[in-house]
Amino acid sequence: MRFNGFATRNMTRMAAAWLAGGLLFGAGFAGIASAQLTVEITGAGANRLPVMVADFSGERIVAQALASVIRADLDRSGLFLLIDPAGTLPLPESAAPDYGNIKSRGADTIVGATVAPTADGREGRYETRVRLLDAVKQSSIGTQAYVHTGTQLRATAHRIADFVYEKLTGEPGVFSTRIAYVVKSTGRYELQIADADGSNSQAALASREPIISPAWSPDGGKIAYVSFEAKKPVVYVHDLASGRRHVAANFKGSNSAPAWSPDGKRLAVVLTKDGSSQLYIVNADGSGVSRASNSPGIDTEPRWSPDGSFIYFTSDRGGSPQIYRVAIDGGTTASAAERISFEGSYNVTPRPSPDGKSLAFITRTNGRFQLALMDLASKQTQILTDSSKDESPSFAPNGRMILYATEINGRGVLAAVSSDGRVKQKLSIQAADVREPAWGPLVK
Amino acid sequence: MRALLSISVLALLLTGCGSQPPAPEQQPAIVEGRVPSAIQTQPVTPVEIKSGEAFDPMSMAALKDPRSQLSKRNVLFDYDSYIVKDEYQALLAAHGKFLAANSRMKMLIQGNADDRGSREHNLALGQKRADAVKKSLTLLGASDDQIESVSLGEEKSACSEATEACWAQNRRSDILYTGEF
Repeated sequence: MRFNGFATRNMTRMAAAWLAGGLLFGAGFAGIASAQLTVEITGAGANRLPVMVADFSGERIVAQALASVIRADLDRSGLFLLIDPAGTLPLPESAAPDYGNIKSRGADTIVGATVAPTADGREGRYETRVRLLDAVKQSSIGTQAYVHTGTQLRATAHRIADFVYEKLTGEPGVFSTRIAYVVKSTGRYELQIADADGSNSQAALASREPIISPAWSPDGGKIAYVSFEAKKPVVYVHDLASGRRHVAANFKGSNSAPAWSPDGKRLAVVLTKDGSSQLYIVNADGSGVSRASNSPGIDTEPRWSPDGSFIYFTSDRGGSPQIYRVAIDGGTTASAAERISFEGSYNVTPRPSPDGKSLAFITRTNGRFQLALMDLASKQTQILTDSSKDESPSFAPNGRMILYATEINGRGVLAAVSSDGRVKQKLSIQAADVREPAWGPLVK
Repeated sequence: MRALLSISVLALLLTGCGSQPPAPEQQPAIVEGRVPSAIQTQPVTPVEIKSGEAFDPMSMAALKDPRSQLSKRNVLFDYDSYIVKDEYQALLAAHGKFLAANSRMKMLIQGNADDRGSREHNLALGQKRADAVKKSLTLLGASDDQIESVSLGEEKSACSEATEACWAQNRRSDILYTGEF
């Protein structure tokens, strides 16, 4: 009930996005868009940190909403063991924690907070002051204050969860990030944007024709994708806030597989204007096309390394699809291609990790297509899933989880697995196919 | 049987050519009648026309005429193959000749792939199938700038079951002419 404000606000925004997107709009979409991704945790880490998120004190309804979203976030990450706070006291700023009681319940860390109306007295604005305590050392790990409105509860809770996550793991949290994916229902395709926990989904684009290969710009403001609305694949760049989009590549033949350069100025794309599918680089506005690969066969699925020095891609040049990379210098190729994958006869869809040290990709073994992770220095490869139709892996911006598409009982779902293969989640929408996930960048 | 066939052909023609301009009316055969004889009272029945006689094979109508090769628009490929099979030579020869004779006509060839594996790689495989058909047509008289070969990858599969028979239908190139795309 308390999230009513969210629902109406999102409907308005959604409608605006469709109108601006200019493709299809109709009453039918409201039903589809409201179908939310549900997240199911199917595996957890081996050594989870025991954390208690105490009940927050102050404004009761706001406090409860915040605490429950923070608990769900931390739990979903698979890195924390949530200790039930029932029977313990809230931890307002002033109170001295009852470390003995907390420790006896098994928690090493406690999150407490106080929610109060802001000092300026404006209606519906709150200040939430969070403290993170070490129950073992009986000391403060950190404090943080957030000013927010009653309609920003989920966003605020994700920020708090990010703060807790970063303090306890040393890595940035990704609870405030967004994900993009394509939902296919009867004859309709929607490019949807949702919070990383699957809530707040909104359609950025709806079409009767397929949409594939969404890719977030490094600043998180735009998505490049391939749309078939012109009876052929064309690459668009779509500004999410305004809903405005422009053609980034529409040459004779097919245009596909957009990948942003780390500085957000250029796109690597695959074009067939000169013959077979080859890599090209264009400016994000669609100008200045230059060829970036030269092979007689297929070169596709480019992805820049995070430092911008390489483009990883899939090529058939050796007879079977394998992963290669070329060095890139100032937007042009600076080396011959170097083969990266060797085992097996089908290795595709390379995705370098945010730290550039490993590579997620799809490998075929005994007719099964599975998500694999290669350590680039040692070339050691681990298969991370036990499914058989994995596609389109996408790293969380902290590198901890990999989101990918797979199939369960003939229906497309999204799944996420930690890079050590232990934590597993399934994200699905009832009665629709979900595919082509892309995890957005960290929120600045 | 023959009459039935003729009628069904006519019916197909009528439904198939709904948007085409009407064809010139057939003149009934002239009766040579110097010697008076019994008056022919037989009603005029549609004459079954031998293929290629009654319509201009280079006309727009021929594109949708089921008797014309030009109405056949699908080229299927073997598994993991991008070579146009011999059985399609006659069909592609007809399309190549048609494009050569109608230089303002444009063609879109959409290649397809089955849904196993990466979408983007399948898009590239579909492109190879479209390119193979385009190459055959240019060798048979069409000019390069009349034809655009593109791929729909695994996105517009004709069949969605995980069976060999189904995958075979998706290893396909489809031919579309101006006005159809």
